[in-house]
Amino acid sequence: MTYLHSIGEYFLMLKGVFGRMTKGSVLRNLILKEINDLIMGSMGIVAFLSFFIGAVVAIQTALNLNNPLIPKSLVAYAARQSVILEFSPTFISIIMAGKVGSFITSSIGSMRVTEQIDALEVMGINSKNYLIFPKVIAMLTYPFVISISMFLGIAGAYTAAVLGGFVTSDQFITGLQDEFIPFHLTYAFLKTILFAFILATVPAYHGYYMKGGALEVGQAATTSFVWTSVVLIVTNYLVTQLLLS
Amino acid sequence: MIEVKNLYKSFGGQEVLKGIDYTFERGKTNLIIGQSGSGKSVFLKCMLGLFKPDKGTIAYDGKPYSSFSDEEQRELRKEIGMLFQGGALFDSMTVEENIMFPLKMFTKQRKSEMQSRVREVLERVNLEGTGDKMPSEISGGMQKRVAIARAIVNKPKYLFCDEPNSGLDPKTATVIDNLIQELTHENDITTVLITHDMNSVLEIGERIAFLKDGVLAWKGTKDEIFKTTDETVTDFVYSSDLFQKVRDAQQKE
Repeated sequence: MTYLHSIGEYFLMLKGVFGRMTKGSVLRNLILKEINDLIMGSMGIVAFLSFFIGAVVAIQTALNLNNPLIPKSLVAYAARQSVILEFSPTFISIIMAGKVGSFITSSIGSMRVTEQIDALEVMGINSKNYLIFPKVIAMLTYPFVISISMFLGIAGAYTAAVLGGFVTSDQFITGLQDEFIPFHLTYAFLKTILFAFILATVPAYHGYYMKGGALEVGQAATTSFVWTSVVLIVTNYLVTQLLLS
Repeated sequence: MIEVKNLYKSFGGQEVLKGIDYTFERGKTNLIIGQSGSGKSVFLKCMLGLFKPDKGTIAYDGKPYSSFSDEEQRELRKEIGMLFQGGALFDSMTVEENIMFPLKMFTKQRKSEMQSRVREVLERVNLEGTGDKMPSEISGGMQKRVAIARAIVNKPKYLFCDEPNSGLDPKTATVIDNLIQELTHENDITTVLITHDMNSVLEIGERIAFLKDGVLAWKGTKDEIFKTTDETVTDFVYSSDLFQKVRDAQQKE
């Protein structure tokens, strides 16, 4: 029952988010600020993780494919497919659920605890729109983060595979272009956009409707990470089933 | 003027407000006092429109809140200033941005006009030169004063204060009390103030409503509260020895 209640509350919140809009000039500044906080602030960790994940994927494939009948270029093919299809969109999104998600939950949650949200409401401002809408819009630039992650992931794979002496540069480039299906990119970015929406709204829900004090803000951030990950994984499964099979 | 008639509100079967009738007058500080859990905050939140009453009406200048359209509700909210218990300053903004916030949201003034209005109210609460600081960098008493400045910057007709001087030293508390009273008289505001600080009751209680278990147990002024023989009131107001002595001294005069 409580789950049903939460799901209903989540959708009512979304209705409020896209309801009466805050003044345009104020909203524009908020969106730019959120892009800076949520997107630019995550670039470093995303770049770092992507590069090394790509590198490890390449090393693992190279080490596990000992059969001489399998061409060496498969290392690049495997790295490309896994980075584009899953590691960048899904894996990075889970990391972002921890970084961006807990930031959103705790910032909105602490505003709830210190009555700042009530203050907004009393002034006659649609607090859901004021607080959450800019985050949703800022997260629309999230696919750029993922494309950078994809590029760096493959760059990491190349570095590890070629410098590690597993394959030659030529073999890697050949493998990279092997049986490339452009629809896979459409699929990856389609789910990235869905993930971006989840990353902005599910943590916002946990922050907006939290009750209690400072301790509960911490708890809400943890719960929000768990539920954001669950929703991400389930969405990933459904989208993959629908689009790829 | 805010007229409350026969107000009922319950949460999950538990009645918090059980039929309250009261009129908050304009240009006066109207105090609501009562023990924790007596329904003061719920009463205030009903008046602010954050809670919807089960029964009864709340009329702003003769017009019941329930008959307001969405647009009218929004217009009304622009005429309301609210001072929250913890100040509720936006901690991502500087003091100046905090005070400017209602102006930025609801008026079409130019930046220079807004800035001069902000300077004006900052001066009024004796905080010149703190505009560039963040709320976390100033003391609790200063935060309260900034919150008052934010509440009055848009020249409200109604000012609501939720325990404005809780957690402050006696001197700062008196400063805040007097500031609220002066502003109320200067701008002819309908001020509603929740408190359980007896100093402020005896200092600025121009009209006092005493809530007990969700009903209005007593009403009067600060002069009457010295004389009253109503036991529920004296039990609450003079629960400390000190105030008991103050009362005895006052009655001998």
